[in-house]
Amino acid sequence: MTRLVVVGHGPTAHRLVETLTDRGFGGRITILGEEPRPAYDRVALTSYLAGKSAEDLTYPVPDGVVLRLGAAVTAIDRDGRTVTTADGHAEPYDVLVLATGSSPFVPPVPGRDLDGCFVYRTIDDLDAIREASAGATAGVVIGGGLLGLEAADALRGLGLSTHVVEMGGWLMPRQVDEGGGAVLRGHIESLGLAVHTGAGVKEIAADDAGRVAGLVTPGGETIEAQVVVFSAGVRPRDELARTSGLAVGERGGIAVDDGMRTSDPAIYAIGECALHQGMVYGLVGPCFTMAEVAADRILGGAAAFTPADMSTKLKLLGVEVAQFGAMDGALDVTFMDPVTGVYQKLFVSDDARTLLGGICVGDATPYNTLKPFVGRELPGSPSELLFTGGPANMELPAEAVVCSCNNVTHGQICSAIADKGLTDVAGIKDCTRAGTTCGSCIPMLKQILVKSGVEVSKALCEHFTHSRAELFDIVRVRGITTFSQLIAEHGTGRGCDICKPVVASILASLGNGHILDGEQAALQDTNDRYLANIQRNGTYSVVPRIPGGEITPDKLIVIGEVARDFGLYTKITGGQRIDLFGARVEQLPLIWKRLVDAGFESGHAYGKSLRTVKSCVGSTWCRYGVQDSVGLAIALELRYRGLRSPHKLKSAVSGCARECAEARGKDFGIIATEQGWNLYVGGNGGFTPRHADLFASDLSTDGLIRVIDRFLMFYIRTADRLQRTSVWLENQGLDYVKEVVLEDSLGICAELDAQMERHVAGYADEWRAVLEDPERMRRFVSFVNAPGTPDPSIAFAPERDQVKPVLIPLEAVRS
Amino acid sequence: MTILRENPAAAPETAAPETAGWTAVCAYTDLLPEQGACVLVDGRQIAVFRTFDGELYATGNLDPFSGACVLSRGIVGTRGAEPTVASPMHKQVFSLVTGRCLDDPATAVPTYPVRLSGGAVEVRVP
Repeated sequence: MTRLVVVGHGPTAHRLVETLTDRGFGGRITILGEEPRPAYDRVALTSYLAGKSAEDLTYPVPDGVVLRLGAAVTAIDRDGRTVTTADGHAEPYDVLVLATGSSPFVPPVPGRDLDGCFVYRTIDDLDAIREASAGATAGVVIGGGLLGLEAADALRGLGLSTHVVEMGGWLMPRQVDEGGGAVLRGHIESLGLAVHTGAGVKEIAADDAGRVAGLVTPGGETIEAQVVVFSAGVRPRDELARTSGLAVGERGGIAVDDGMRTSDPAIYAIGECALHQGMVYGLVGPCFTMAEVAADRILGGAAAFTPADMSTKLKLLGVEVAQFGAMDGALDVTFMDPVTGVYQKLFVSDDARTLLGGICVGDATPYNTLKPFVGRELPGSPSELLFTGGPANMELPAEAVVCSCNNVTHGQICSAIADKGLTDVAGIKDCTRAGTTCGSCIPMLKQILVKSGVEVSKALCEHFTHSRAELFDIVRVRGITTFSQLIAEHGTGRGCDICKPVVASILASLGNGHILDGEQAALQDTNDRYLANIQRNGTYSVVPRIPGGEITPDKLIVIGEVARDFGLYTKITGGQRIDLFGARVEQLPLIWKRLVDAGFESGHAYGKSLRTVKSCVGSTWCRYGVQDSVGLAIALELRYRGLRSPHKLKSAVSGCARECAEARGKDFGIIATEQGWNLYVGGNGGFTPRHADLFASDLSTDGLIRVIDRFLMFYIRTADRLQRTSVWLENQGLDYVKEVVLEDSLGICAELDAQMERHVAGYADEWRAVLEDPERMRRFVSFVNAPGTPDPSIAFAPERDQVKPVLIPLEAVRS
Repeated sequence: MTILRENPAAAPETAAPETAGWTAVCAYTDLLPEQGACVLVDGRQIAVFRTFDGELYATGNLDPFSGACVLSRGIVGTRGAEPTVASPMHKQVFSLVTGRCLDDPATAVPTYPVRLSGGAVEVRVP
């Protein structure tokens, strides 16, 4: 039986062993790993500091493999075919694979060994950095390349004031040119990191305790820091090969042939330690290919490694950076938008038809769409492709590589989709490995799925094959006014709790009278059906509108009296209103009679509609305020009250930049400026909190209202069911929504304006309309055969001087 | 379960229907198409539903998932050919025909015979 010994257990070694076992290797595999833990995903290393555990990152070890951890190999006896570990263990081999990886290069500067100096390579390194950062305020990363910026991101995440020192003239010199480096620097500085380019290191200074105190530049300037991370490149770990007499490159690396064999035919070298045709590869894609080539050779195959694609796409500190193909060419075409920080450059042949390579900073769309065309004729003019991001329907050649980490071509993916009937990205990942490593090709995989005719279902439910947005257009364009007509002509069956409220909301958004009229009542979820919010014991809560949170003492007293007289539990809400809990169905009209008589109206707390426009007290009272936030909040709340939408809408107005109304946590939030108002959109709290994005600045009040009108109506037209503005905005893209709303790129703003005007003009208080109509009133009974009888299953108990529901124990219910 | 078609005006005036065990709970016109209403019979809460095609169904009003008496306030619809109601609390869907929860077949609500007698809806409670 062949005894295969692998030295090193990193991602490359893992891929080798996995390939061998998958392919039925019959020998015995022993892995000797230096680290105290099995191989883990080093590409995702930074996620460890963001909360992932070592286990999350660790690859599974295939069955039947002997793995010895903490076993550094110190010697190879090539004649005796034995390796020896630091603890004296001798392991005989028939075939040896060196996958020793690389080590971070630490330049020989004075102070580099001080307490507080680190490298960024292993989970142990990260643990040490995290520990040191706990008592530190500032950190320096030496090296502004890919890994250096990863390390800087990590330090920033640990709460350190972070500096990046790069010897070269710009950041990431191996991936981007000077122009791209400048744009990248802008992004990184805007995050609060200090960038020093063209800067060397004279020494690392120490404090009295011998710990790192800062970095001293050749000019004598000191950057104070308690943590220093060296990330100035890596060197292949070839010391074992050197001492055992294997051929190594002049500048390091274990020399291998196309079959990954070293100068000793019994020994292979793969991954970052291997030198192929004068090149050492530090990217995971080529390293995995080396592992697969070596595995094939060990199994008797003839696979060969060819110089690899060095394309890179990554998101560093929230900035997309990508490079593919060559970094020069006869001609180049550059797109640059300094406002959004986007830099894209394509290198092309002298006839501008063949793509040679490209660089992207800020937006890597061209990487996704154009990379497969490297070495081929482009499907359009380079400038047009950069401006449009590439035509959506361009045809990819079958042999174009889509996933360069795993070397998977467009043709292989299409075959897998067709042969195995794949319908999603997860299936493609399982079958082809595409998208399983760095994930940058996943958008491409989705496009290929769509182009293969795989329908990603948008169906609302079993009754409609349409999405909510499509149904909205059908109803709007065809002028449909009833659910029955819609489902008869465009659906099947009689609807359900998913499609009925959606259609009810669409009909209401388009203005079809009272939401309880005619057939509409049967479409409403219970909250809209009873114009109140159902609570866990089947009672409802009542929220009168208090626009902007402003209320007179007299009205406040009325709320108090109503709550007292009906025995309602009373609580102040987060939206500056008052919620009254515990009302039975038949009490709702009696409660609302009192409230409407006192001048209150429905607060729509029950609806997928505008809830509240919260405000701070604003310039009228506040000594810091610059605008009347309360006045604007009231005007907005009265304008948009009752507007039915795909999900609830929340808003707030702050009277100055101190932001006391928390407007950036709202679907549309307004913050006063000296010149007018800034509008933020797409914020929410809840399960996935999101800060709103700045949409437009220094608007006049009229201008602000026009923009909000259009924004809301565009959202109502195009969002999915129960999709908050936050998710909708991310799907549509902030820039696209800005174009539609601010520049009228679709030519629909006049329609959106008119639709909002119809809403405003057609608004009527839903509760007053119920009280004025005996037919509607008749619906508010607990028992249709005993209208005056309260539901006997509802009971309350006292708590903190108010009531709380007494629930029926579920065991009793279900037995 | 008795299912009768909506057609009160043309209901044949046959021999007087047996009345033992049946309770008149409301007028047919008290029920709106595709909605439910709750009736109280001997202290028992029964949800009575009128579907789109005019047929009548009756189930218990108690939602076994939430312990609240709310099923009559759920949205009436269909799943496949089965007429259904969805609990207004957490949206579990029940068959109006069998009372079985279609999302959790281990759970069911009781069903009751219901019929139209003249213009009156009657249910029979054991």
